[in-house]
Amino acid sequence: MLAQVTDLIFSATEEDFRREIRDWLARHVPRDPLPSMDTPDGFRAHQRWERQLYDARWAVVSWPEGYGGRGASLVEWLIFEEEYWRSGAPGRVSQNGIFLFAPAVFAHGTEEQRRRILPPMAAGDEIWVQGWSEPGAGSDLAALRSRAVRDERRGGWRLTGQKTWSSRGTYGHRMFGLFRTDARAERQHGLTYFMIDLAADGVTVRPIRQLDGEPGFAEVFLEDVFVPDTDVLGEPGQGWSVAMSTTGDERGLHLRSPGRFLATADQLVRLYGQVSVGTAAGTGTPDAYRDAVVDAWMRAEAYRLYTFRTVTRLGDGQSIGPESSVNKVFWSELDLNLHATAQRLLGPWAETGGRWLDGYLFSLAGPIYAGTNEIQRNVIAERLLGLPKEPKGKASRGLGGGGGAGG
Amino acid sequence: MRLGPTADEELFARTVRALLERRCTPRDVRAGFARKRWEELAETGVTGLLVSEEHGGLGLGAGALVAVAAAGGRACAPEPVVEAAVAAALLAGVDADRAAKWLRELAAGTAVAAVRLPVGGPRTGGGPGAVPVAHAAYADLVLVVDGHALHVCPAADACIGPVAGVDPGRGLAHVDISTLSGEPPVALREWTVTRAGWLGAIGAAADLLGAARAMLELTVRYAGQREQFGRAIGSYQAVKHLLADVLIAVEFAHPVVLRAAYSFDHDLPSAGRDAAMAKVFASDAADLAARSCLQVHGAIGYTEECDLVLWLRRVWALSAAWGDAAHHRAAVAADLLGPAPAPPCP
Repeated sequence: MLAQVTDLIFSATEEDFRREIRDWLARHVPRDPLPSMDTPDGFRAHQRWERQLYDARWAVVSWPEGYGGRGASLVEWLIFEEEYWRSGAPGRVSQNGIFLFAPAVFAHGTEEQRRRILPPMAAGDEIWVQGWSEPGAGSDLAALRSRAVRDERRGGWRLTGQKTWSSRGTYGHRMFGLFRTDARAERQHGLTYFMIDLAADGVTVRPIRQLDGEPGFAEVFLEDVFVPDTDVLGEPGQGWSVAMSTTGDERGLHLRSPGRFLATADQLVRLYGQVSVGTAAGTGTPDAYRDAVVDAWMRAEAYRLYTFRTVTRLGDGQSIGPESSVNKVFWSELDLNLHATAQRLLGPWAETGGRWLDGYLFSLAGPIYAGTNEIQRNVIAERLLGLPKEPKGKASRGLGGGGGAGG
Repeated sequence: MRLGPTADEELFARTVRALLERRCTPRDVRAGFARKRWEELAETGVTGLLVSEEHGGLGLGAGALVAVAAAGGRACAPEPVVEAAVAAALLAGVDADRAAKWLRELAAGTAVAAVRLPVGGPRTGGGPGAVPVAHAAYADLVLVVDGHALHVCPAADACIGPVAGVDPGRGLAHVDISTLSGEPPVALREWTVTRAGWLGAIGAAADLLGAARAMLELTVRYAGQREQFGRAIGSYQAVKHLLADVLIAVEFAHPVVLRAAYSFDHDLPSAGRDAAMAKVFASDAADLAARSCLQVHGAIGYTEECDLVLWLRRVWALSAAWGDAAHHRAAVAADLLGPAPAPPCP
């Protein structure tokens, strides 16, 4: 007799957890949407919201209790995300820190670093900014040229170079990124992972306006910026492997939980209802829109189920590696699809702006950041399917596993 | 919460897969349905998956069918594994005396069943006899569902005329039941017929994903060997990205099929919608796999000599069987968005 193939029923503990977060959100989510986090007022408003989450211990549920979390399981984290986005709660201004950087701090940081860095990050007091991409290093991250030289006298390093496409860079406080500490080493060798105070001498931040008109990311110029040894994460020269532990999370589960897509899919279904009610009697809504809405909704459901499958595999002791590239291509195209469908439904109203237009513009970035979808398809083809590697240009050897940055 | 096969399930699937790897090579597939192989499958329990233990079956559900049907699709096995499961589900609605003999024979592998169950209804006119029935050419028992009436037709009593089809392994045949004498049809509950249709869709979905994976493996191997312009064609991004998209489609369809089986086995309110979703994703993924794998093979894939053609034919037939993607998409739409609006007045 065979055991049950599957159990999609959540346990009583998991259901309690769901009720608790749902109740809290119902009482605390701001009635009106906050201003864009890429404006000065909006940034501060989002920081205050993070503080509220943190004080109620909802900011970083999957972190250990000692650092402000609840030690929640992966399943509970997924439940949190579903409820969070369903409630219409604000976007997470701290997300690049708590989802992308923190896993590296947990994995490679000293206890002193964890105590010093993680709680203010979780509370929204310190907003962290990603320093991966450079003008000459996008999808090919290992081509980066920003460098650091040793300063023995002061016990640290002096950083010089240029980072770009750093989300929240305009108003953020600290940056994590890779710099070349061994001038003779090439590609992914001789890199070191640094944490940089953006208020330090020698740092210049130049905001970059995005498609939506707001300075959502920035270029960061560094001119002989001193960083103490205590702000090196992991061993000098080991930056690449330290960094990969964060990009793995970025492409995989943590940045893109199904919750936000499910919430968008439900909103799309509601929008369809409003639009079809609004059409002239008897004409209905064209079948093509109907198919587009149902396809987008089904894809959001599929993403949820795929994530459940991944969580099950992790629970069974398996690990996810290049599979996260499959995930990344799917969610980024799903997000675009959801918003593009809404734009089509809105027809002549689509250009007038509002949350669907904002979401559409944001979703257009999905196939580009966290490693372009073209790079992801190369990773899928070479590492999952086992197709032969493409001959590389002189300056690059191997995909390097990075597959780019930005975000 | 967990979504995925258990160790038992995987072991079962591995056993069936190993059997088919030995006994169902591309050469065997070309030779078509084999009664010997059907009997061997019966020994593992495959033919009686959904037959109750009382009648010699395993008494399992859609979850087990998914594991086994995927193995069948992967091997391109012509044997009607999904039909056996659907037949068991239909016969469970028939009074014991009449059903028992056939249930026992199905489980024992001494009978092969074909099923005519219109999912979504034929789009061109004609009654239940008008569309050919898959596997009827070699079946011992043909179950014909006409509305709520189930005709239990021993092949020996019905008038069965084989028909050529895109997939010769399917054993298509016209079944004329007008000449049937003997026992009258059984009145089934609507629920039984509905659920049998869902089971067929779920089983076909799993089969399609198995077939899609097999095509992908075959094509990756070919693209790694075939050289043009001094390089393996699989090293070109244009080829890589085609095949990466196939893998993405298959990987995302798989959990949808697993969920549909779970909902079916637990009688969840969403079972119908979940089965429809499974067939949408699996049909679309398999169609994409067939299209892209043929393209990557180039001219050789367009020939009888290439094994790929076996799976192409299976997918072309099965993608439309048990309701195609458009049919099931419309079913999900009706559930999610309400009934389709009337077409605009001219």
